[in-house]
Amino acid sequence: MTSAPIERTSVLRRIRQAGKALTTPLSPDDYLALVNPLWSQRELRGRVEKVVPETENAATLVIRPGWGWRFDHSPGQYIGIGVEIDGRFHWRSYSLSSAPLVEGKTVSITVKAMPEGFLSDHLVNGLEPGTIVRLASPQGDFVVPDPPPDRMLFLVGGSGITPVMSILRTLDRRGTLDDVVLIYSARFEEDMMFLQELRELSGRHEGFTFHERFTDVDGILAPEQLDDVCHDWMDRETWACGPAPMLDAFTDHFQRLGREDHLHVERFTLATAGTEGAGGSVTFGDGGPTVEVDGATTLLEAGEEAGVNMLFGCRMGICHTCDVPLAAGRVRDLRSGDEHGEPNEYIQTCISVAVGDCTLAL
Amino acid sequence: MAFADVREYTHLTDEEVEAIGRELDEIRAQVEAERGQADRDHVTRVITLQRRLAAAGRITLFASMFPPAWLLGTVMLGSAKILENMEIGHNTMHGQWDWMNDPEIHSSNWEWDTTQPAEQWKHSHNYIHHQFTNVLGHDNDIGYGILRMSRDQKWTPYNLGQPVYNALLALFFEWGVALHDLDIEAIRKGKKDPKLLKKQLKQIGDKVGKQAFKDYVMYPALSGPSFFHTLSANFTANIMRNVWSYMIIFCGHFPDGAVHFSEEELEDETRAEWYLRQMLGSANFEGGKLLHLMSGQLGYQIEHHLFPDLPSNRYADIAVKVKDICRRYDIPYTTGPLHKQYGQTLRTIMKLSLPNRRTTDNPAPVAPRKRRRLDDSERPTRRSELGKWSAAASA
Repeated sequence: MTSAPIERTSVLRRIRQAGKALTTPLSPDDYLALVNPLWSQRELRGRVEKVVPETENAATLVIRPGWGWRFDHSPGQYIGIGVEIDGRFHWRSYSLSSAPLVEGKTVSITVKAMPEGFLSDHLVNGLEPGTIVRLASPQGDFVVPDPPPDRMLFLVGGSGITPVMSILRTLDRRGTLDDVVLIYSARFEEDMMFLQELRELSGRHEGFTFHERFTDVDGILAPEQLDDVCHDWMDRETWACGPAPMLDAFTDHFQRLGREDHLHVERFTLATAGTEGAGGSVTFGDGGPTVEVDGATTLLEAGEEAGVNMLFGCRMGICHTCDVPLAAGRVRDLRSGDEHGEPNEYIQTCISVAVGDCTLAL
Repeated sequence: MAFADVREYTHLTDEEVEAIGRELDEIRAQVEAERGQADRDHVTRVITLQRRLAAAGRITLFASMFPPAWLLGTVMLGSAKILENMEIGHNTMHGQWDWMNDPEIHSSNWEWDTTQPAEQWKHSHNYIHHQFTNVLGHDNDIGYGILRMSRDQKWTPYNLGQPVYNALLALFFEWGVALHDLDIEAIRKGKKDPKLLKKQLKQIGDKVGKQAFKDYVMYPALSGPSFFHTLSANFTANIMRNVWSYMIIFCGHFPDGAVHFSEEELEDETRAEWYLRQMLGSANFEGGKLLHLMSGQLGYQIEHHLFPDLPSNRYADIAVKVKDICRRYDIPYTTGPLHKQYGQTLRTIMKLSLPNRRTTDNPAPVAPRKRRRLDDSERPTRRSELGKWSAAASA
């Protein structure tokens, strides 16, 4: 990660800085990692402790993070995970399913193997405990405020349960699971992750209502059916996570009723702000190729197209693997529409487009 | 010489040149498809070995006032520096490991254990030298702007000192390399952009400061009573690395048989012709696995110049195929034992310290030229733009 994790104390920072004078051009961590791969902050790392099957095609990976990891993530956030397969690193993002600050200093993500998902299948079926993986710090704003609102509704489809699970476990631990409705759809019973734990949770908490919906039998939940399942949904703060068509349908529905401010949505695909950069001539490094790029093509895509070997990770602006310094010019962040143009400012090539001519320092 | 002359020299028709190009493209495609775990294991093993050697060498040198510790520590540290510069740094900055998508071993952010900043090396070597290999007036690696390495380079009385400059360059090679991308010739002619010069000087200053502080202040200070012993050990290790890398690099393009080219070469050069220029302009040397490892696989200089961004551990296998192509098409494939290759290089340096009329044979031929010779004012300044197909070639 180019964005260095924040040191916990200034003493540690100073020691590391002094050590750097001895190990330049490497960092002290490059040598410490020879002793234990987790003793490095250069790249956040973790060791896979356990792989716990959840359903036939989903598993929870329990990961012990190495140095530089902060256990203060908010429930509902996701992390990046980089896994080496046949010599090559592949990055994906997954919601943390564990509650923050759990005992044992581990975090967990729950992964569902997708039919076409090359990496998810490997994570669920091929990852040996003991494997060292790369990690990216928790991110995302699909979070519940603390203290939580009085009445909450969670609309979940499929693997969208993972961030919600982290939220529910946290509410449970804090004893604030007072008036919460969960509507959770999966294709059939065996396909529903955390089913036993959720049933047990609703048994223990009178205020927690758990609606199980099996779409093979009941069909997909339409926004109009919301009144039947949760009559007071209009009074609730709502969090939704699941397949894109489901999220689109509920977003439209909430907008029509003027309640979009009370709907929090988590999408697993890149959502752009819809603003376009103007495009321009982009030069990839000193002596590198210069190509004309339009305002919709990301700098990463343009570079790959021009035959430049560029680092990439999640390709959706999370993991910062693709960060490079901007030598000249301006770029626009596709997600926020913000422009960046400070000399030598690090930009994320996977979500940035050119605003006029610019040069990347590769 | 122009390409017509290359073909005359190698007896190749246009069709044959293009056929060779296709064969080489196939070799590249095959290696790219095969890259995997075994290749990653190679580079990570070498990196681990190098870091352990460096750490062990530094620790041993804390006792450097004892002569055996001095000797052992110096050899370990010098070997680590050689491995880092040759097999790890050089090859990583060529992008040979970029396919792994590993931020810790990637050309975009690798910085090596020598005085030249990586960014400048990637321009002067990775781009200028590899793109314009052995083209007089473009490739500054022909003599590094210090030595006259071709009869077509103008002789001046300055060149009488070549044996001395050569010895100094060998000993302090990293400093020569550090200044390489500044393009001293352009500065002398007043053609250098002052803004760029300032930026580059600052980069070099920062890098040199860190390197020198580590080797000549921090580690000696930590050795306490062994201060001066550690200082001399670190200095010796750097000289070891300098002489070694100088020798390996000079054996890549200056043994007899490696051809220089004139700038007409570059006009309308096709991908296949570029391949051919790389093959004719480079020279290999032979040796065991350890020698190849310590020289960053540059004993396979021909293969490296054909495929600068393919993993170095593949060059030995690629060499078998390239040699076969050369045999089938009757193209010279320059190789020999290291001592012979360096001996020829040294002989050329000595001979060319004298004006052409004083020497008879031509140790480093520029293949026959039919056009009249350009004088300095007609020569284009060093190229800095890319050719039409060069994104892949320079990557």
